[in-house]
Amino acid sequence: MGKLLEVKDLAVSFQTYFGEVEAVRGISFHVDRGETVALVGESGCGKSVTANSIMKLLPMPPAFYKSGQIFFEGEDIVKKSEKEMQKIRGDKISMIFQDPMTSLNPTMKVGKQIVEGIIKHHGLSKDEAKKKAIEMLDLVAVPQPEKRVNQYPHEFSGGMRQRVMIALAMVSNPELLIADEPTTALDVTVQAQILDLMKQIQDKYGTSIILITHDLGVVADMSDRVIVMYGGKLMEEGTTHEIFKNPKHPYTRKLLDSVPRLDMDRSESLHSIAGTPPDLYKPPKGCPFFERCDEAMIICKDHMPEKEYHTNSHYSCCWLNHPMAKGATEGSEI
Amino acid sequence: MAKYILKRIALAIVTIWAVITITFVLMHSVPGNPFATENRKIPENIMENLMKKYGLDKPKSEQYIMYLKNIARFDFGESMKQDSETVNQIIARGFPVSARLGVQAIIIALIFGPALGAIAALYQNKAPDYISMIISIIGVSVPSFVLGSFFVQFIASKVDWIPISGWGEFRHTILPSIALALMPLAQFARLMRSSMLEVLGQDYIKTAKSKGISRFAVIMKHAIRNAILPVVSILGTTISNLVAGSFVIEKIFGIPGLGQFFTTSVFNRDYTLIMGVTVFYAMVLIAMMLLVDVAYTLIDPRIRLTKEGH
Repeated sequence: MGKLLEVKDLAVSFQTYFGEVEAVRGISFHVDRGETVALVGESGCGKSVTANSIMKLLPMPPAFYKSGQIFFEGEDIVKKSEKEMQKIRGDKISMIFQDPMTSLNPTMKVGKQIVEGIIKHHGLSKDEAKKKAIEMLDLVAVPQPEKRVNQYPHEFSGGMRQRVMIALAMVSNPELLIADEPTTALDVTVQAQILDLMKQIQDKYGTSIILITHDLGVVADMSDRVIVMYGGKLMEEGTTHEIFKNPKHPYTRKLLDSVPRLDMDRSESLHSIAGTPPDLYKPPKGCPFFERCDEAMIICKDHMPEKEYHTNSHYSCCWLNHPMAKGATEGSEI
Repeated sequence: MAKYILKRIALAIVTIWAVITITFVLMHSVPGNPFATENRKIPENIMENLMKKYGLDKPKSEQYIMYLKNIARFDFGESMKQDSETVNQIIARGFPVSARLGVQAIIIALIFGPALGAIAALYQNKAPDYISMIISIIGVSVPSFVLGSFFVQFIASKVDWIPISGWGEFRHTILPSIALALMPLAQFARLMRSSMLEVLGQDYIKTAKSKGISRFAVIMKHAIRNAILPVVSILGTTISNLVAGSFVIEKIFGIPGLGQFFTTSVFNRDYTLIMGVTVFYAMVLIAMMLLVDVAYTLIDPRIRLTKEGH
């Protein structure tokens, strides 16, 4: 399996009235064909900006690519014009958004919304397009697709709308599906259904998925690999198994501690992470997690740690994992 | 749908009855009568005869009931000041003139207002935005009589084929239509700008973009239709204001429309004409509101009425 998407040293900033906000600060990762990569982190850490910059959907200005490349099928997306991007969007890369209640146009029939993209990309006739819309609704298990295709979004429930969104995103059989918190706005039982559906569709079409979420339950369920993001930087990356069994970064460990588990002792309490993410208007020079980290050392304040590989697929960016830091404790100087 | 319209018509009758009653009470609580003038004393017996002729000698309650009966037959009675003309004739003569002017003005306002607002929103904080907002501020704040006089002074008196005043041909309608259109045009532009800005920030616009359709298609198919809803909802009032005629514009351009009667009938205490034009205006307004509400359901499926009637 080759690399479908490769992000190299990507940095994206927003030019605001008060100065530059550095939302994404030099991240590199890749997505192979047919795999699911989860991008995990709390709100405001740059996940959605990363996703939108792959689609070039950020409003520019104020947003701009500060550095880096995004190779999709070997071509750099950062260099592509709006016209070239329109050919890729909806055809090769699709996106599902967080809130299904607001992501569909309230004044357009869902069938038309589903096939609008494929008509543009592949020039289907009206009858073919309608057939395709019904077929897609059937694929995402919307009951009575022949009837539903002519209905408006307000006639659908939240879960059903997210199914429509998936149908809309999958209609051109894209290589890459970016799911930006696809289940956050749904209740838990519906969440499970939507995740199942996404897995089924992936098995059928071999689509690669970038799953953006802060819900580690979803991650464990869906993804092959996990990338942990914080303060506009990548903190840790590894296979799902590695991240859950052997988290190396204190932030990853804290994220895992804040999720309830079935094997947990009843007396154990859940831990939240104290404090708030750093202000990316003036990003910290060193490790962004420094201020909230229990194991922080003096070096963490001003120096960003390099990647430290634990296995071929697993690395973390933390001074604790530096070969010279073995045995160092809190507050000690290197 | 039919059930809904029937319900609205029933409501309209109640509304019109309320308009009649309030106008009747207000009108008769103002001192004076149609025949009293300041400089000329009318002999007692002539006054009595006049009052008798128009039924003004009867008790107010009786007059009121008589009036209601006449209106039920769409008979507004005889004007007390315009010689030997019925109110129905006055309306039949003046309304088509005012309506033509109003419809032309509405067309101008509807073509340019929302377009101007949409362009302003698309180029927010750039030159096109500032230009269209300057136009709309002028449109909202300059009164139509200033604008009308300005047009007469600087256009009609300079351009040969545009007449200064009068009525009859299309060229007579050009300046007054524009003068009349500018206010609603400006309102539409401002409303459209703000609702367009809101719509452009909506998630479904991002969804549309993520499908790879062109920017133009995103705006035309997804943004405009949603953004125009607030404009449609004030359309009813605007249309009825325009078609019922404008006193000022009609005076400036010498147009024999209905607008002048709204003002002159009150000064003249021309009871039947006051009632006539007021009730007529109310009817036009209600009809337009109903029309707009029906149009609204065509644009926004969320408020489309189902067969079950909810």
